[in-house]
Amino acid sequence: MSTTPTWARPRARGVTGLMALLSLLAGLLLLAAPTASASTTSTLCMPSDETGCISGTIGSRVDPVAGVTVTLLDENEAEVGSVTTGDDGKFSFSVDAAGTYYVLADPESLPDDREVLPPADDVAGPDDSTTVDATLGGTSAIVINVRSVDYQAGEASLGTQLIQASAQGLRLGLLLALASIGLSLIYGTTGLSNFAHAEQVTLGGMVGYGLCNVLGMNLWLGIVLTTLICALTGYAQDRVLWTPLRRRGLGLTQMMIVTIGLSLAAQYVFQFIVGGSTEKVVVENFSNVEIGPVSLTWLSLVAMGISLVVIGLVGFVLLRTRVGQATRAVSDNPALAAASGIDVDKIVRGVWTAAAGLAGLGGILYALTVSNGIRWDTGMQILLLLFAAVTLGGLGTAFGAFVGSIIIGLVVELAGPLGAPGDLKYAIALVILILLLLVRPQGLLGRAGRVG
Amino acid sequence: MDQFLSILQATVEEGIAPTTAGVAIAVIGLNIHFGFTGLLNIGQAGFMLLGAYGMAITLTQGLPMLVAVLVGLGAAVLFAFLMGAPTLKLRGDYLAIVTISAAEILRYFGRLAALEPWTGGAQGIFGKNFQPAFIELSFFGGGRFDLLPFSYRDAGGTPVRVISLLLLVVVIAALVMLLTGARTSKGPLAGLASNRAVARWGSIGLGVLTFLLVFFTFPVSLPRTGTNGWWVRGVAWGLVALCLLFVWLLVRSPWGRALKGVREDEEAMRSLGKNVFVIKMQALVLGGMLGALGGMVYVLTSTVQADAMGRSLTFFAYTALLLGGAATIFGPVLGTVLFYSARILIRNAANAYVPDGWMSTQQTDQFSYIVVGVGLMLLVIFRPQGILGDKRELRFNV
Repeated sequence: MSTTPTWARPRARGVTGLMALLSLLAGLLLLAAPTASASTTSTLCMPSDETGCISGTIGSRVDPVAGVTVTLLDENEAEVGSVTTGDDGKFSFSVDAAGTYYVLADPESLPDDREVLPPADDVAGPDDSTTVDATLGGTSAIVINVRSVDYQAGEASLGTQLIQASAQGLRLGLLLALASIGLSLIYGTTGLSNFAHAEQVTLGGMVGYGLCNVLGMNLWLGIVLTTLICALTGYAQDRVLWTPLRRRGLGLTQMMIVTIGLSLAAQYVFQFIVGGSTEKVVVENFSNVEIGPVSLTWLSLVAMGISLVVIGLVGFVLLRTRVGQATRAVSDNPALAAASGIDVDKIVRGVWTAAAGLAGLGGILYALTVSNGIRWDTGMQILLLLFAAVTLGGLGTAFGAFVGSIIIGLVVELAGPLGAPGDLKYAIALVILILLLLVRPQGLLGRAGRVG
Repeated sequence: MDQFLSILQATVEEGIAPTTAGVAIAVIGLNIHFGFTGLLNIGQAGFMLLGAYGMAITLTQGLPMLVAVLVGLGAAVLFAFLMGAPTLKLRGDYLAIVTISAAEILRYFGRLAALEPWTGGAQGIFGKNFQPAFIELSFFGGGRFDLLPFSYRDAGGTPVRVISLLLLVVVIAALVMLLTGARTSKGPLAGLASNRAVARWGSIGLGVLTFLLVFFTFPVSLPRTGTNGWWVRGVAWGLVALCLLFVWLLVRSPWGRALKGVREDEEAMRSLGKNVFVIKMQALVLGGMLGALGGMVYVLTSTVQADAMGRSLTFFAYTALLLGGAATIFGPVLGTVLFYSARILIRNAANAYVPDGWMSTQQTDQFSYIVVGVGLMLLVIFRPQGILGDKRELRFNV
């Protein structure tokens, strides 16, 4: 076994000659190493009864790093094998003994502007390697994260972090508002809690992916077309499904369970067609814009602008036009509205169309800015945030939904810098929802009155 | 024929698996909430998660099985109180939003890396760390069972299995006809069923025969889990039977009538001097405890992992409940068994008979879930009472 492990070399970023020499040396070392007890492959590894697999990705699934030398060490830190990642950033090793292994990405083989993120404490091995437990007949998966060299972890002051998080929170809040206003309008006019609304959000991202990425359409045209297509699905849904069900006199509880079934079916239709991976709406990355301490992609700013304009438009329609007045009347009391000569079915159909269109717009913008791609469960992950926003603002009030969304967006993004680990930031939004129900069940903007 | 038999075997294996029994118990609990009391709890998976974590964490700390079960149940009681206190006085959709949110909060906590020493983080608690305490209680021995020339592991070749399969179909058909005959005085066996003694003993006999045929026609093994199949399955389905008995006794008691009264008309119950809030809370606690028990059974052969008991599981529970029939005694169990085995049947049949060009192996799995979702919609629209239910009982709105 070679005595000089490849990762022990000094850092010499940018010194190409030295690097070439070192890679040659590394290659020689590999050649000189006795045949290891494990075969190594950069392609697929299939576990059998006698072998196990260790496979993983350098970088993330949406941003893999190719051409990185990855080394596998056994328990005694002796080298077992080494591979280079392919275009998808993936690597895999096949081992024939179960036990603890260390996986190490060679920092020299990374692009100049990237460095390996130190692994979490519980999986950290020697020299920034990542510990992995291999079992025979199974695959152990690991991810080695990379970050930009100029990323200064922990150096930004709390104040700066909070300002940055507030900006992100505002962005999330505005995009949530696009979806939650529709959810709230549907609840207001029909009394239905639509669990499939999150899938309308996913649909927006998916249609955007199909138009802009697969068909290569211009992004702006794609956004407009996506909104229209999604609005059309809302119209069709009401025509084919909800109006007939209302005519049949199906109860609201039963209708809500229908939306649950629809949501379940839609999620798996997305998986069936697109698969389980995250797909980007557009391939290129967007450059960042710095405004004081805040750094967001310019597309995020545009998305926030679009949301504001569209939400303003919805507000204008609701407050200043006859259709909006009719919608609010139906929201208040459908029977009285019908008696006053308002065509309730028509209003409800309009609400479904607008709600689906808004959710679709929110979905494609969300996929472009916040989640950096769309997956079958992207919408499902924010469904509860939508419900929290709608309930927080007051069930059925469109402006309450807007206020609720902004609050939820800020809470979710600010929770991270203020010390909530990982996914708990979503939990905190839900805790706030439950606490609010204790003291003010009608929501922030709802009318005080007996609920239930 | 062999392919057909193996599909059928996988289907039955899923139908009588301990995990199915676990879900069935949770669905029985959900039936107390939704079917009998009209509480829209969409966080039943949260109760299951609490039961599973409560039991597994207690066992990994080295405490005995009985304490572990009590801890799981206690956690569920506490959880029910916490959720019920703010919402049971409000309109029904508030309970729905709070239960689903609370279940998600639990799931996020279960996944939390900071709690890894107890919950195992996203990986969960592996079966080998908590199952031994349960396995040690076994008095079933090595898990083999023989009856006459048939051993449990191998019922004989294909011809034997085909014959017993046909026999099984005949026996189940006779059982169904006898039961419908006894209930509605219609069908080919109505005359026979009009004699109550014949109907009772006939259905019991046919039921036992079905049970034996299923177990010997489809030898089920649990090689992957390392647990004794007979012991786990026996305990799981024994608990299902106990829960059914419990619910049956509850529902025909005065308290059960109060539950239905709350479901049908809260105001009327209030004007009769009943404390509706207390009745709802009792129902929420009881159903939640059953959910926790179901969660414990659900993890007996697998890992306690937060994501395995997420929102989808609650939605599956609703599908199962509505399929079998809400507000009935046997509906939850029938629905759960049919739901799980039907999904496996759809998946494996699509896998075997649909060309790969149309649907890849992964897509057949997704296809089976699409069928589940669409099935739930159609069921609610066209037959809201499910297989066993009474349509008049399900006109309520929460």
